[in-house]
Amino acid sequence: MYNLSYKAFGNKAILIEWPQLISEEILYDILSFKNKIEDLYNNVLDISTAYNSLTIYLKKEILDIEKEKFKLNQIYILGFKDTDIKNFVWYIPVCYNKAVAPDLVDFLKQKNLELQQLIKYHIKNLYTVYFLGFLPGFPYLGGLPKVLHIPRKKTPHIKVEKGSVGIGGQQTGIYTMDSPGGWYIIGKTPISFFDANLKEPCFLKAGDKIKFESISYKQYLNLSNQVERGLFKLKKEVLNA
Amino acid sequence: MHSIQVIKPGLYDTIQDLGRFGMTSMGIPLSGALDIYSAKLANALLKNSLNCPVLEMTLTGPVLLFQKNATIALTGADMSPRINDKPVKMQTKLLVKVGDVLLLSKANYGCRCYLAVKNGFKTYLKFNSYSYFKVITPNSRLYKGQILPIGKQFSVANNTFSHIKTDYKHFNTDILKVFKGPEFNLLSAKQQDLLFGNTFKITKNSRMGYQFKTNLNLSNQIEIITSSVMPGTVQLTQSGKLIALMNDCQTTGGYPRVLQLSDEAISVLAQKNTFQKIKFKVIHL
Repeated sequence: MYNLSYKAFGNKAILIEWPQLISEEILYDILSFKNKIEDLYNNVLDISTAYNSLTIYLKKEILDIEKEKFKLNQIYILGFKDTDIKNFVWYIPVCYNKAVAPDLVDFLKQKNLELQQLIKYHIKNLYTVYFLGFLPGFPYLGGLPKVLHIPRKKTPHIKVEKGSVGIGGQQTGIYTMDSPGGWYIIGKTPISFFDANLKEPCFLKAGDKIKFESISYKQYLNLSNQVERGLFKLKKEVLNA
Repeated sequence: MHSIQVIKPGLYDTIQDLGRFGMTSMGIPLSGALDIYSAKLANALLKNSLNCPVLEMTLTGPVLLFQKNATIALTGADMSPRINDKPVKMQTKLLVKVGDVLLLSKANYGCRCYLAVKNGFKTYLKFNSYSYFKVITPNSRLYKGQILPIGKQFSVANNTFSHIKTDYKHFNTDILKVFKGPEFNLLSAKQQDLLFGNTFKITKNSRMGYQFKTNLNLSNQIEIITSSVMPGTVQLTQSGKLIALMNDCQTTGGYPRVLQLSDEAISVLAQKNTFQKIKFKVIHL
């Protein structure tokens, strides 16, 4: 249980905030509260979660904010809902080659690292999917080793290609579609993270984890081909939280 | 098949309803008409459900050919609409016949015009909404030659004349009513004062957001951990730039959220164009 802050966000949303740090304990607490709210609170149009916040978008505007804050806090403290959400670990192949990563050379130079070191540090951790945002299906990942942290680019790219793997600030993530972007692009994955033609357009959800695996440029081209033809199945394991 | 053909697209035309709800946890924006007030009005004139998909047109409109008799209405920016080269009224129920050509030109006030048709446009339903958005719907804007399916048109035998006077205040006001945003209190007292009572000039205008220029010193070192944003959220970058996010904006952001536009203010802002000026006025719950 945390000491939460409840605020009106405009007159049709309520913002709930946890302590300002990125932690898995907080993430799973946010997801558990979200679960309870979906079950026990009325007037919910949608719920969005981020690193340490949960925003409830309301169907009707707020009439009495103090009343709503009280109701929600009661749900947080007393509400109970069986979690039947399954989370997974997904194995994501990434090619760390300047042929597909326009900022790789610049990044290595600024961080004074060799390519093999970057790869070693980037793939060693199990990254936590904190939430999806910024673009459809775009995962905000936690767990980037400190040695790879770097401020966002001063001049963002006008177009980052779909599948690009980037690092910016203390974060790493994958661009799920072509988009402008301010992160250093240090790799590329042939995996599609978002497909509107599927009933479940994104396979990732908050609470899942990702393990990057390094592949060569040749393997990248090969896999891209397979993915395009719908022949590639992503490796995954059930995560026991 | 009831339909409308795009003879010539306008500057930026999209099909919009009231939005794609419930998808923010997947990073899918709300989308939907930017000027909800005008979009709903167009539907109301035709006794459509308020969520019926309409055509949102920006600054310069398209040329459309009706392939069936239809009942339509135009609200929002006045693009000097003409049917078969005869001027027709805004904010009025209009009857068009097969073969009629609707021509929309450059807006002489406002920024976005809405075309509603009886029973709405039936282009592509995706995750419960017809709103265009790249990567979600097959098309992200109207193209030349496109055929737009529309709902069933009843043969209109009535004589009721639907017309609503244009509320010019909606287009002329330069005041945007706003709530204080989640990070408003992180600004210095001086900066908070600067936000109200000063005018801001629009430097960029898109469905993702409006950018403003100001000579005021709003630069700051406030950093926040990425959090949720929504249409109407006004962000302040570290260099002091203000950005009012609109309906196609991303669902999360890393800049402080200093203000939140009211629903009314979003509709008002949607009718403003680059170089126009606005002022923020704070309102409370």
